[in-house]
Amino acid sequence: MTDMASLMEDRAAAKVISDNLRKPVDWDSPKIARQIKKRYAAERRFKMYGLVAIGIALLALFVLVFSIGSKGYSAFYQTYVQLEITFDPAVIDPEGTGDPDVIGRANFDGLIKQALRERFPDVTSRSEKRNLYGIVSGGASYDLRERVLENPSLIGQTRTIWLISGDDFDMLNKGYIDPTVDEGDRRLNDQEVSWYNQLVEAGAVEKQFHSRFFTSGDSREPELAGIWGAAVGSFYTLLVTLALSFPIGVLAAVYLEEFAPKNRFTQIVEVNINNLAAVPSIVFGLLGLEVYLNVMHLPRSAPVVGGLTLALMTLPTIIIASRAAIKAVPPSIRQAALGLGASPVQTVTHHVLPLAMPGILTGTIIGMAQALGETAPLLMIGMVAFIVDIPGGALDPATVLPVQIYLWADSPERAFVEKTSAAIMVLLAFLVLMNGLAVYLRKKFERKW
Amino acid sequence: MAAVSQSAMTAEPSVEKPKMTARNLDLFYSDNQALYEVNLDIAEQQVTALIGPSGCGKSTFLRCLNRMNDTIDGVTLKGEVTLDGRDIYDKRIDVVQLRARIGMVFQKPNPFPKTIYDNVAYGPRIHGLVNSRDELDEIVMTSLERAGLLKEVKDRLQSPATGLSGGQQQRLCIARAVAVSPEVILMDEPCSALDPIATAKVEELIDELRSNYTIVIVTHSMQQAARVSQRTAFFHLGKLVEVGETDQIFTNPKDERTKGYITGRFG
Repeated sequence: MTDMASLMEDRAAAKVISDNLRKPVDWDSPKIARQIKKRYAAERRFKMYGLVAIGIALLALFVLVFSIGSKGYSAFYQTYVQLEITFDPAVIDPEGTGDPDVIGRANFDGLIKQALRERFPDVTSRSEKRNLYGIVSGGASYDLRERVLENPSLIGQTRTIWLISGDDFDMLNKGYIDPTVDEGDRRLNDQEVSWYNQLVEAGAVEKQFHSRFFTSGDSREPELAGIWGAAVGSFYTLLVTLALSFPIGVLAAVYLEEFAPKNRFTQIVEVNINNLAAVPSIVFGLLGLEVYLNVMHLPRSAPVVGGLTLALMTLPTIIIASRAAIKAVPPSIRQAALGLGASPVQTVTHHVLPLAMPGILTGTIIGMAQALGETAPLLMIGMVAFIVDIPGGALDPATVLPVQIYLWADSPERAFVEKTSAAIMVLLAFLVLMNGLAVYLRKKFERKW
Repeated sequence: MAAVSQSAMTAEPSVEKPKMTARNLDLFYSDNQALYEVNLDIAEQQVTALIGPSGCGKSTFLRCLNRMNDTIDGVTLKGEVTLDGRDIYDKRIDVVQLRARIGMVFQKPNPFPKTIYDNVAYGPRIHGLVNSRDELDEIVMTSLERAGLLKEVKDRLQSPATGLSGGQQQRLCIARAVAVSPEVILMDEPCSALDPIATAKVEELIDELRSNYTIVIVTHSMQQAARVSQRTAFFHLGKLVEVGETDQIFTNPKDERTKGYITGRFG
């Protein structure tokens, strides 16, 4: 009986529900209109939030690029000073041998100093002379020597020549030293400023494009320091990183994705690869120090060690990206190949890998870009050393772009500030280039199915 | 009732000259049993249709015939499947060669993202069936001809296969399977993604291919089974319920379940 009653109740409830369902909806009622208005407002709001987010991101990017660019652009120019140099045969080649060895050993520095003394004859005291010699960079004598070696007929002549200036003088010319502040608070005293003014009046000061910045290695003298040594070091380091991490990473990804049985062991491997991707890079540096330098006795500061260390760091990135790319290849392609009697390895090499290649390459280049910007692990293995020579191979001591930035940022000379920003610009240019390459490769290898 | 269906099952599965046979086939996906004691013979140079409601195990059974289930983790199989009297699950059997002898066409057309030519040439190439470019050209042409596609594509063999229409893609997949000269062709709902005109073309093709190949086709469409097949097997809940001449199955089914399915009362 109770069953019957509850059944009746259920029926009644069902009827109410179905009656409600059947009730016609008034789509023109004010309630519905309000709802539509609300929905439109919500969509507009959401779009606006998105625009605000993009705006903030773009603003941050703009501020970054602007602050670096405004500080760094002046490093691409260098102040040069015009002096009348007498190529005195008595100094350069007293016996008239014309032997490049003799000319190469000559005291060109003395010629420049003499020219400066002649230009400002009233300078007499020792300390004043030392200041005077600071107008021209210590590196100018090498330029002079090059000139004479190239053209020995200069010997005996007097020529007006543009010489690279010292860093303080360069800073004054670029406006980074304010001559109006109290004499004790600036790097150049009143006398030096007056020399500068005299030279400017005579039209003997000018800014030229500073190609040396792109062609020379590091130096203690800011006006002689260049980025090329670090760029070459970065190149060798990345070469080693790529040569190791790309094949190992892709093979690991292919094996895990296509061949490995799904069991506890592969699960542990998988979890640990993800963990490795999150390990702070300095830890890889310590590992590199211990394993490559202390145990294997590989050369300190060498790109090969840097590359080995960065390869460890890049591997997880490449493996994860490659696995995602391989996973995205539709299973129907594998089935088609297997169904035709292709072996599993043929299926992978003929079909899966070519289709996954755009994703794999993108992941690899992103990993490489990360490695290019990495500093901490390289400090651990001695790539932070002060290295003047441009490395000739992966075994020569070298430094890399981000470490060079770190070194210059750490230097006390005012002129290194602009060098630091300029080096950042070079590094960013390389990163943009690499990311552009990633986009290009993805577009090029992308195939539709 | 049960006795009748039992006798129907044991009476019909064997044929005179079976190309392939399945005996006492049980299949498990991990712990779930998908096939129960399937006994079925596939007659040579005939079309055998496998019908049944979704999830009844007909596709699973089809994939047992060329060991495509090997590629799925956790599949275990009991019983015996033979090709020309030899157990294909024997350890000495090379799976790669087996799949060359038993071709497969899938539900969704799945051409490789390569040119039309390369799609058809892929099989002969990897199996080393040709010695020269001319031989390969010939195989590609005959295969496309057999798949009834040559006329439509002969001017654009080097254009991407993915640019073809769905029906053309499916016929290309058939040409690709044919190019390896298989003895058996398995088709897993080959027309389910095609429009009626493309379906008609593929059905016509299946009928022509019968003279050279043994064909097993899984289909959801009973009309299709009736049109293209000589023998029909009805699967239900992982069991082979009834198998026999197509005419007999559709006009005079012996089992109540078969009758129910083909008259549309369930499934």
